[in-house]
Amino acid sequence: MVVNCEEVWREISNYLEEDVDPGLRAAMEEHIRGCKRCTAVLDGMRNVVQLYGDERMLEVPLGFSHRLQRRVEENMPGSRRGFLGWMVAAAAAVLVAGGLEVARSSVFSHPELRAEHAQPGAGVPPDMLVVVSTDGKTFHAAGCPFIHDKAHIRTIAAREAEREGYAPCVRCMKKYLTA
Amino acid sequence: MPEEVTSLKSAAQQFDEETLIRRIRDGEHDLFYELIRPYERRVYAAAFAILRNEADAEDVAQEAVLKAFKHIRQFRAEARFSTWLIQITVNEARMRRRKEHAHMIQPIIDHQDEEGNYSPRDFADWREVPLETLERKEVRQKLAEALASLGEKYREVFVLRDVQHLSIEETAKTLGISPASVKTRLLRARLMLRDLLAPGLGGSWSTKLSFAKGTNPW
Repeated sequence: MVVNCEEVWREISNYLEEDVDPGLRAAMEEHIRGCKRCTAVLDGMRNVVQLYGDERMLEVPLGFSHRLQRRVEENMPGSRRGFLGWMVAAAAAVLVAGGLEVARSSVFSHPELRAEHAQPGAGVPPDMLVVVSTDGKTFHAAGCPFIHDKAHIRTIAAREAEREGYAPCVRCMKKYLTA
Repeated sequence: MPEEVTSLKSAAQQFDEETLIRRIRDGEHDLFYELIRPYERRVYAAAFAILRNEADAEDVAQEAVLKAFKHIRQFRAEARFSTWLIQITVNEARMRRRKEHAHMIQPIIDHQDEEGNYSPRDFADWREVPLETLERKEVRQKLAEALASLGEKYREVFVLRDVQHLSIEETAKTLGISPASVKTRLLRARLMLRDLLAPGLGGSWSTKLSFAKGTNPW
């Protein structure tokens, strides 16, 4: 079987999918080997598929994960956040509006956990390097699959992470959980 | 650290999605965010690919996730949870688009004849582009712009198959079209993207985009 450029282009996407029968595949390979243009088309298409298929192309707006998590939590049946969330937000607004600097300083001196129901860590080696993400609530070992928002991560010492209110990841930092 | 990370990874993999789903169905609703977290970026990407607007995409992504929770009992284990979630997202995004653009005329580009032949441009060799290129924000931006410039029907198919990694059959089912149509549109989308991107990625984005003249053999 002999194929021309036009026939190669028509099947080139299926060829990449390995979805052409062996006879056609062999004919296409034979043609592509000797055709500069079809080689360039195949290489280009392969590049396109690889680049767009990479996880780095999945960009989300800053704060997306945090807002999604909040929305989910607020909409869980029996969630107290739905109601309490409004109360807390209202109380916070009052505090800010009143310009209560005292409240701000107390937050800095006694850092609170970013996650409402998270458990603080115990016995975490302070110099251990951990990974945190800007909108995340937990700190992780490098490579943990539960790292939140991988596009915005930092590697810092565990003591810094705890100071900033991050709690241990319930998966990769399980041994440091208090309960 | 590497040993610890390896063991943690395998431990995490053992954390069975099915078990998580069963526990959520049994009332442990707090686990739901844990279930969808690995896919939240994909959910947003699917919504954005259809709506091309950050605010709408985020809103639809949130709605889709809540809908998945509401209907979690309808999820059948023969499908992948991620695929099911993406299908819900695509439906939500399409509904939003219909609602908001009902009064608008379809863009001309969407009336392109998908069965017609497409002649790829005749560029010089385009060697393998290292994936590290994606570390550059302007490259990601160019890729996103090229994708956004495709007609709707090509964009949807390309995103489901090549960005979301759904199978041809899953893509067809999600969009309500035949697998043959998926393949035809996918071919066209990949060729168009290759033509849009080859000048920049083959050379450099910093140099002037020089579209070589394509020769049409017919």
